[in-house]
Amino acid sequence: MSTETTQTVRDVIIVGSGPAGYTAAVYTARANLKPLLIASSVEAGGELMNTTDVENFPGFPGGIMGPDLMDQFQKQAERFGTEILFEDVTALELEGPIKRVTLGNGETFEAKAVIISTGSAYRELGLEDEKRLAGHGVSWCATCDGFFFKGQDIAVIGGGDSAMEEALFLTKFAESVTVVHRRDSLRASKIMQDRALAHEKIKFRWNSEVVGVDGMDKVTGLRLRDTVDGTESTLAVTGVFVAIGNDPRVSLVKDQLELTPEGTIAVDGRSSRTSIPGVFAAGDVIDPTYRQAITASGSGCVAAIDVEHYLADASDLPERVAEAAAV
Amino acid sequence: MTAKDVTDASFDADVLKNDKPVIVDFWAEWCGPCRMLSPILDDIAQEHAGKVEVVKLNVDDNPSTAAQYGITSIPAVYVFKDGKVAATSIGAKPKQVIEQEFAEFLS
Repeated sequence: MSTETTQTVRDVIIVGSGPAGYTAAVYTARANLKPLLIASSVEAGGELMNTTDVENFPGFPGGIMGPDLMDQFQKQAERFGTEILFEDVTALELEGPIKRVTLGNGETFEAKAVIISTGSAYRELGLEDEKRLAGHGVSWCATCDGFFFKGQDIAVIGGGDSAMEEALFLTKFAESVTVVHRRDSLRASKIMQDRALAHEKIKFRWNSEVVGVDGMDKVTGLRLRDTVDGTESTLAVTGVFVAIGNDPRVSLVKDQLELTPEGTIAVDGRSSRTSIPGVFAAGDVIDPTYRQAITASGSGCVAAIDVEHYLADASDLPERVAEAAAV
Repeated sequence: MTAKDVTDASFDADVLKNDKPVIVDFWAEWCGPCRMLSPILDDIAQEHAGKVEVVKLNVDDNPSTAAQYGITSIPAVYVFKDGKVAATSIGAKPKQVIEQEFAEFLS
């Protein structure tokens, strides 16, 4: 037996601090697995940190602000002994019985199991002008940037719940908000659709896709193409909020774990088991379909219970751990 | 050492006429990502104290400076050198990324 390892091998490390990560932390902490949760430095709390009122998380009949909800998640995870680091994971080594997690500050941690709950990142339009004008009229965060468009005409791109939420929020500041959507109907939930459609400041440009963003130093308008007849038109706006969906954040694992055709981490059936034993995934990073706080939370619970079973079942694990430590 | 606050009134003296490069953090209370970025800039202020000065400008209280530089997304971090914008970084980013983006002003 060697005692050369400088630190103990933990039971479980959780990467990500949205509803999935924190729920996995609550469950693994209550199972006495002493989870270490790597929360990220600037994106801790995940997507809900940039939302306002969350009306559909059960248990909060009056609604709760996104950041407040995440604060509650964090407190509940800490209550049972979750160790939280506000650092960023820069590398994951997932093969073998001992997984290694490297942080941006150079620290490394080892664990027998890892839960990946890195969520998703907003999608870009993919236009050349979009990058150039980011921060000068093109935005992805209505709660951050709505303030700068007081009394102005602006556009929201997208037709889902996020787009409707942003459009409704932006009416507090803007003179008018035009929702630009590729189809002739919205994907958003009925309640959000009804609110947006009824709002006097919100207009709609149906069957329209964005082909260009105009402006030298700042946005002056959008170039749109009609998806039915192909005709092009312009829309004079000074601000553009992009809410066309999200993509799973898999850059740390895409060369190690099997992915689905949608780009999410592939898991075995209803479980959280990935293609590598001891590696589990939960939340938006495995979910191309539902992507709700409550489904992510449920998914984090599944991963925690899978980790518990994995650690209990891996009867030969102690020997393998000892072998690896002796190398 | 935390980054000091500058205002519309003090911007000229504190930033534009400063002998050192100045990193300006444009922020507001209601901006979640700004709150995440703030301690990172305090760290940078402390660790690179000799090379660069780091200051914060609340866009709510000081709208004219933010407007002058065409700020429409926050957090926005601008580096000023000799009274001119020398580099910009939009959004909350990890410390290592900001240090990389602003490397020439920090070493």
